[in-house]
Amino acid sequence: MGITVNDVEYVAKLAKLTISEEEMDGYIKKLSSILDYMQQLQEIDTTGVQPTTHVLPLENVFRADEVRPCLPREKVLTNAPDTEDGYFKVPKIL
Amino acid sequence: MTEFQTVVGLEFHAELKTNTKIFCSCPTTFAGEPNTHVCPVCLGLPGVLPVLNKRAVELAMKAGLALNCQISPFSKFDRKNYFYPDLPKAYQVTQYPLPICKSGYITVPDADGNEKKIRINRIHLEEDAGKLVHSGESISTSNYSLPDYNRAAVPLIEIVSEPDMASADEAKAFGDKLKLILEYAGVSDVKMEQGSLRCDVNISLMPKGSDKLGTKVEIKNLNSFRAMYRAIQFEEDRQRRMIEKGEKLIQETRTWDEGSGRTLSMRSKENDHDYRYFPEPDLVPTVITPEWIEAVRSELPELPDTREQRLKEECGLSDYDCAQIVDTPALAFFFDEVAKLFPDTKIIANWLLGDVSRLMNSAEKEYEQVPIVAEDLVYLLDQAKSGAINNNSAKTVLEEMFTSGKMPAEIISERGFAQISDSAMLEDAVKAVIEANEKAAEDFRTGKQQAMGFLMGQIMKATKGQANPNLVKELLAKMLK
Amino acid sequence: MSIYDMTINELQQALTNKTFTSYELTKKYLERIAEIDPIIHAYITITADAALAAAKASDERRANGQLLSDLDGIPMALKDIFCTDGILTTCASKILANFVPPYNATCWQRLADAGAVLLGKCNLDEFAMGSSTENSAFFATRNPFDIERTPGGSSGGSAAAVSADLAAYTLGTDTGGSVRQPAHYCGVVGIKPTYGLISRFGIIPYASSLDQAGVFAKSVYDCATVLEVVSGHDERDSTSTPYPIGDYRGACRRDVKGMKIGMPNEFFEEGIDPRTIEIVNKAAEKFAAAGAEIIEVSLPHTKYALPAYYILACAEASSNLARYDGVRYGVRVDKPSLEEIFCATRSAGFGDEVKRRILLGTYALSSGYYDAYYNKTLQVRTLIKEDYDRVFASGIDCLLTPVTPGPAFKLGEMLDDPLTMYMTDICTVPINIAGLASLVVPFADIEGLPVGVQLIGAPFSEEKLFTAASAVEVPRRLPPDILEQAAEKGVER
Ligand SMILES: [Zn+2]
Repeated sequence: MGITVNDVEYVAKLAKLTISEEEMDGYIKKLSSILDYMQQLQEIDTTGVQPTTHVLPLENVFRADEVRPCLPREKVLTNAPDTEDGYFKVPKIL
Repeated sequence: MTEFQTVVGLEFHAELKTNTKIFCSCPTTFAGEPNTHVCPVCLGLPGVLPVLNKRAVELAMKAGLALNCQISPFSKFDRKNYFYPDLPKAYQVTQYPLPICKSGYITVPDADGNEKKIRINRIHLEEDAGKLVHSGESISTSNYSLPDYNRAAVPLIEIVSEPDMASADEAKAFGDKLKLILEYAGVSDVKMEQGSLRCDVNISLMPKGSDKLGTKVEIKNLNSFRAMYRAIQFEEDRQRRMIEKGEKLIQETRTWDEGSGRTLSMRSKENDHDYRYFPEPDLVPTVITPEWIEAVRSELPELPDTREQRLKEECGLSDYDCAQIVDTPALAFFFDEVAKLFPDTKIIANWLLGDVSRLMNSAEKEYEQVPIVAEDLVYLLDQAKSGAINNNSAKTVLEEMFTSGKMPAEIISERGFAQISDSAMLEDAVKAVIEANEKAAEDFRTGKQQAMGFLMGQIMKATKGQANPNLVKELLAKMLK
Repeated sequence: MSIYDMTINELQQALTNKTFTSYELTKKYLERIAEIDPIIHAYITITADAALAAAKASDERRANGQLLSDLDGIPMALKDIFCTDGILTTCASKILANFVPPYNATCWQRLADAGAVLLGKCNLDEFAMGSSTENSAFFATRNPFDIERTPGGSSGGSAAAVSADLAAYTLGTDTGGSVRQPAHYCGVVGIKPTYGLISRFGIIPYASSLDQAGVFAKSVYDCATVLEVVSGHDERDSTSTPYPIGDYRGACRRDVKGMKIGMPNEFFEEGIDPRTIEIVNKAAEKFAAAGAEIIEVSLPHTKYALPAYYILACAEASSNLARYDGVRYGVRVDKPSLEEIFCATRSAGFGDEVKRRILLGTYALSSGYYDAYYNKTLQVRTLIKEDYDRVFASGIDCLLTPVTPGPAFKLGEMLDDPLTMYMTDICTVPINIAGLASLVVPFADIEGLPVGVQLIGAPFSEEKLFTAASAVEVPRRLPPDILEQAAEKGVER
């Protein structure tokens, strides 16, 4: 099954990636061959098989509701590309 | 002309009353300097992992039990993926196919005053987003935004009703009741103005008698029940007009504009709804046993419906008084405390709904902040009931208890309200003193003023200092004429 | 014996005997790094000053009889995917080229508390996505046995560092083979323990349900020594095991006699180099000679593990890597609006392979495809896991298989053919899918290139793996002189 330009554009938009026109062909070609390979999963009958989301049979791992020290603000902001008055700063959304 | 039936469903987000965030140990305290209640986990720094707050799970269970839900024996978390600057990980951890509670209901009065069951589809646990401060008036006019992640990952429950409400009134009644139940259950502060309770509306119209739902519109940005009520009415009207004009309604999200009293279409971005939910691999499932459910249930206080019933049956209060008390949980809890120490619930109700409420109102305070303790009020009620002070004095004492914070006994003695000012009561004491001190009485009659002082002293002694001195003087003068 | 060829145990002895100090040892390693690493490119960051200070502190503890552990004073390195408080942590990505975490990964914290001396941070495929370390945003790492070949990946820097004696041991991570494949290509011991044995806190995630830290070392015993320190429950990782840590060093001394070693047919089929198969069969003979029982077994869903792996890993990665949006940290590409910043930052900050996997994962989770791809894969995961459960329940102690179809391939050879590159993971990915324990131990060579064998055990059966690995372990083979290779092949520093 082939992945189309529309498909790639759609998922790129969801993933906030820009794919240039020159790159598009390469992506289509490589993604298609990978997806074709993955198609073989469809040959297995999985009717009634429970999905495995966690390999370890762990459950009910909790934390007590106790406050612990926060990160000092200078450390919070130290990696930020832009800040103002203790806030992170970004330009208008759209 | 076709008659239409309004169909309303509600979604509430309630902030849970925990000390810490849902997946880290940062405090949930409101206010605070921006980005000071954060750590690598709630900032979504690379490599950090969430660990679930047990208290948040128990509060969600409490909410479920209070709203007659089934508690899921097995629930888990999922990721909801979308980009927004208030969402540090670019996904929200929430519960999608397996929420912690399912299938509940609450009852509200319908248009005819009959009880109507409004079903609750589900309650799920999730994390809140951060807050964006905008440079300009609003998101659309600002040049930049300032993310503050203090609120990020504060625990929320989302409560989703079935589309069982047929009017703005029913929606309002559902909202009021839900808020009250959550407050009684101690699950949430339910303060809409602080954002600890938020509400979205789903509304559609369908021809009366039909069972095919019309095009659904979602309304967001409702920050009070009044706004919700008005928005539903506006939207009922708008949708009816459009249908009647033969225009096609579109399924969309609209926002409530308080200023103009209208709902406005939100420019919907394409792709917005492909959230790519999938199981959160960093958290393990929650398994809830019947024993755990019972332990949580035993922590639940009496809820509004049973409480109202009890006040009617046990205390013989009027429907109106009951409703008044139950509608304010802090008042109801105070009532219970006082009732433990003072037997006459009617008198308690009169005082709490009368003078205490009046004083709270004029001080513009919520009942949570009532400045007196039950023991002191009971002391005052006892004094009034025994006739030791009269009713007017008691009201004055109460007022002073509010303003000065003094104990009632102190106020009574300072104000002299406890004095024996009843001449009939004092006459006996005066008579007895005269009889026991004939010599002094004679001296008084012959005009020796010192004798007056002596007799006064004896009378005060006999009344333990509580006699009204002016009245005693009068009585002495009269009896020894 | 060269100071570089000494095992942790031997180094400790020498330090105790005052043959040299930790400071001198660290200095030696730093000198070798300065000399050799410009050719190998194992390190992204070298923390020379901090290393020397840590070594000095260790020497003081030793003088005062206050040693913290058997790792105290031993120079080591970390894959640059482990967060290190105050030390640049890039994940070999442009998008994190300036990121300095304010916290330590739990396993690094445990090593630091044990007195480890950190020499630096090792190269990897960007965000651990790759099998050759060529996907690093900074430079490719070379295989010390043939500098024109790849060290494997994604933990290629960590493997090459141990192989070329640029560290006594290192930590890597393994999502689908990223410790075992480079260990095999570089001729060192590598373990990927059971999912949950080593805390994932502070390890930059690729695919959360598959990621597991692992150890590279010069001997099986060294590997056991390090694993004992970094393993165990961590309250900050909900998926970390509550089970107690095993006696891994003790297990190295146990007899393999009577152990049941399974050889799954599906790992010896078409696509595997016959010379590789021959080497694994030789290892089986060695086990048999030592008194172990060799049993043929079958894992029928093996061939589905690779497609399942790429769907699971890419789906989780698409979500895990969404947070790199240029708002809170990392390198931002400035634009007039935030929406444009998101796209420009991510498009410029991620390399091609990372973008490809994000797109693939987003596709697999997107509306309309979730059931056909993601959910189906979770079901296949159940079937794969059940294959192994059945085999281990039948009394098999561990499995013996090849690690990859052949030895290390040439740099650049597979760059344009991601699918063929993915195929090199065919023997390693099933172990992550099923959450098992697995260890690679060097055993022979093909035309001078190291070839290891893979031992696979049930969850938390690391002790058995150490016993078995010790039984087939051969004396460490050193790579040919790196500087001579460089001169011969015209590779410049
Ligand atoms: Zn936090």
